[in-house]
Amino acid sequence: MGVTEAILLTVITAATPLLIAALGELVVEKAGVLNLGIEGMMAVGAACGFAAATLSGSSLVGVGAAVLAGLALSAVFALLVLGLATNQVASGLALTIMGLGLSGLIGAGFVGTNRDAIPPVYIPGLTDLPGVGRLLFGESPFVYVSLALALGILWFLGRSRAGLTLRSIGENHVSGHALGLPVLRVRLYAILFGGACAGLAGAYLSLVYTPFWSPGMTAGRGWIALALVVFASWKPLRVLFGAYLFGGATVLQLHLQAASIGFPSQALSAFPYVATILALVVMSVGERKATGAPGSLGAPFVPDR
Amino acid sequence: MRLELVPRRDVPAAARILAPVAALVASILIGGVVIALMGRSPAAALDVYFIQPLTEGWALQEIAVKATPLLLIAIGLSFCFRANLWNIGAEGQFVMGALVGSILPLVTAGTDAGPWVLPAALLMGALGGLLYALIPALLRVAFGVSEILTSLMLVYVADLTLDYLVRGPWRDPKGFNFPQTVNFDAMLPYLAEGGRLHAGLLFGPIAVLVAWFVVQRTLFGFGVRVSGESPKAARFAGFNPDRLVVAAFCISGAMAGLAGIVEVTGQIGQLKPGISVGYGFTAITVAFLGRLHPVGMLFGALVVALTVIGGESAQIALKLPLDLTRTFQGILLMCVLAADALVSYRVRVVTTARA
Repeated sequence: MGVTEAILLTVITAATPLLIAALGELVVEKAGVLNLGIEGMMAVGAACGFAAATLSGSSLVGVGAAVLAGLALSAVFALLVLGLATNQVASGLALTIMGLGLSGLIGAGFVGTNRDAIPPVYIPGLTDLPGVGRLLFGESPFVYVSLALALGILWFLGRSRAGLTLRSIGENHVSGHALGLPVLRVRLYAILFGGACAGLAGAYLSLVYTPFWSPGMTAGRGWIALALVVFASWKPLRVLFGAYLFGGATVLQLHLQAASIGFPSQALSAFPYVATILALVVMSVGERKATGAPGSLGAPFVPDR
Repeated sequence: MRLELVPRRDVPAAARILAPVAALVASILIGGVVIALMGRSPAAALDVYFIQPLTEGWALQEIAVKATPLLLIAIGLSFCFRANLWNIGAEGQFVMGALVGSILPLVTAGTDAGPWVLPAALLMGALGGLLYALIPALLRVAFGVSEILTSLMLVYVADLTLDYLVRGPWRDPKGFNFPQTVNFDAMLPYLAEGGRLHAGLLFGPIAVLVAWFVVQRTLFGFGVRVSGESPKAARFAGFNPDRLVVAAFCISGAMAGLAGIVEVTGQIGQLKPGISVGYGFTAITVAFLGRLHPVGMLFGALVVALTVIGGESAQIALKLPLDLTRTFQGILLMCVLAADALVSYRVRVVTTARA
């Protein structure tokens, strides 16, 4: 395996959880809801996924449990922001605070437990191709799922009628409601989808990336995923691009740390967070206003009868 | 089936005040269910969490000590939240305040510097937090960058900066390689001999009074309230929105910074990793539990501090993990938001197809 190939593989590995979580949040925000609970849902997904996989001995059960956990938490969020029209920022923060605590409760019994990572795909012949074999045909199943998600969401939002409905509700929920569109129901589905994605991203972290569970293992990835959506101007392919760019930056930082070029390691660890801020600034400069944010993003909706 | 919200017209003030109390009761019930699910006795946990700390002198003092940073940060945050600004990086501003405030005590440690060091340190702490909060504020005003994400990202940067300093240039050379600085000479005095209450606690009530006055009785406070409730009206009234953003962030940053340096000079006495146990995030729960009202937040800070102390004793007495406290704080915040909505709206469950 060549050096370039190895580096690209690690970039994809670092990018995939961000990509999955950010794609889920993209759909939620396109429907006009801001869910700041990604970090919490990811953490619970990681803990539930690892716990279920260890107890059942089946990775698939683990992944399923993680997705269900994300779904369940996002349902609580939906009950608050849709059912009771609470403030979305505060509700999302509450979800993250609760989720981080809950993940600690669930994972506590599994600290120090190891299990084999979910193996990458192996297709005889194709995966063994020199140069591109591993890269194209030997990735983790999660990678293919994340790419399929990106393309699926691109099609759904841009080409399908349901996607158009979702976007118009996110753009202006009052008009959508006046047209007879089911604002709250569409938002419910979007929130649940986002929760499932966050849970899946968590499962990737504890079942493939590390593969073990430790407290605080999400390390702000949920927040970075949120930033990616803004950075991508709410466009699925740009989320894809942004996630890989970000994965690349993370890997670069790890390599620099290993090379120990005299920089304090903390400065390098801070790099992803500073880079996120800079990326957000760069995106905003020039475009000033038309960054593509859905018009009704973050506004609670109470239909008048 | 779906829920329908009907706005209530005349909500009595008492209902608004009682809503957080109801939320607290509800979250204690939910917490009890969680504890029962963990196979423990909810009654025993309730006793350790909420009853025992209230019956012991040391625990009451400890509650006041823990409530102070929470209260200071929450009061600062309330200015942002009232103006519909989302500073969620108070944790970072707390750490930066502790860092910048510690410069003078560190430099003068072991010397015969006069009593001016302590007030200067407190001032620099507040300034450190203020300047750190200015970053997301200016980025928002100048470039339109969401303050939510920038303020949060800066929490990680502040934590790593602290980590670097106490492991590197600021490490105590005689500290057996522990990541910590020397002990400060400039410390807040104790209010009573042999107690745990330090003079920093006085900042809490002062902040409550000042915040109440500013919010209710000054033009600036009015501007903050109006711009949160109706940005358009605020603009027509001539309030400069950009200036308001910067001012609200400065206040909350300075308060968080003050909380940071008070925590260091009040009880820790040195810098080390983990000087904050998530005060900046917990204060968000406090702010909403107190309905962003200064007096309400005073009670909110005491209640949340009680759960922190209770959580610590529960860890020792019942081997219940500390994460239970965090989970409870998240549930509490959700219940507070829900209770507030239930006061503002009547919820109708509609089972038939829509009319």
